[in-house]
Amino acid sequence: MAIDWAAFTPLSALAGGTLIGLGTALLLLGNGRIAGISGILGALLRPATGEIAWRVAFVSGLIAAPLLWPLLAPRPVVHVEAGAPALLIAGLLVGLGTRYASGCTSGHGVCGLARLSKRSLVATLVFMASGVLTVGITRYFLFA
Amino acid sequence: MPLLNALLSGLIFGAGLLLSGMANPAKVLGFLDVAGAWDPSLMLVMIGAIAVAFLPFRFARTRTKSWLGEAMSLPRRQQIDRRLLLGSALFGIGWGIAGFCPGPGLLSIGLGLPQGLLFVLAMLAGMALFEVIERARAAKPSPPTSR
Repeated sequence: MAIDWAAFTPLSALAGGTLIGLGTALLLLGNGRIAGISGILGALLRPATGEIAWRVAFVSGLIAAPLLWPLLAPRPVVHVEAGAPALLIAGLLVGLGTRYASGCTSGHGVCGLARLSKRSLVATLVFMASGVLTVGITRYFLFA
Repeated sequence: MPLLNALLSGLIFGAGLLLSGMANPAKVLGFLDVAGAWDPSLMLVMIGAIAVAFLPFRFARTRTKSWLGEAMSLPRRQQIDRRLLLGSALFGIGWGIAGFCPGPGLLSIGLGLPQGLLFVLAMLAGMALFEVIERARAAKPSPPTSR
């Protein structure tokens, strides 16, 4: 393991993390809800759920953020390596997996860890390990 | 008012993802690629977010209503079961394939990325598949008790 110092952005990472924490705290203290993106989105596909509006509002804010961002700072660099078939498989697995796990990077990785939940710690360790293994296999074995 | 608060929360959360660089799948993959040139940024994003959210969660535990009068709805489940483990493992594979998790996926729609839209549509299909499977299981007279 060697740290890529050219790619490592500690200050913007910490500052961005702080904002993510603020958004999480605001939704928690104002709406009484966990800022878990997969849960907020996934429950929209369940018509029985009564409370649709706040979920749509949160997701709208998330999607609107990049539209307002150019008013404050230059447009961030975004690079997607994956092609269409990989994106389809990735999306299916992320959708199915996060619903069975009842959470993703935000729900377990941020909210769960901030709540000191052992269940979320296990989930986070598993999806991190699984992600690391997947990148290792795809980068160094399949397409080496 | 709660709707405005949820919208604002989403905006701030999204701005954090943008500022942190996590809206960029290549950067996320740089974190997961521990064998190559490793970019630890994602770790600091999580540390920053957890540090800020820690005390609000402690405070929330002592309340039954939010500041805007909504019910305080915190997870109660503590069970570490097969669904949690297998679900997280599947999620990790998908995350490692493209570098998108749900938040940055949604964000990429706002960024105008066609790849992001494709990912989100597939993710919604995966979530819908979950609903279909679970509804079919619930409809069965005696579901298998394998937990």
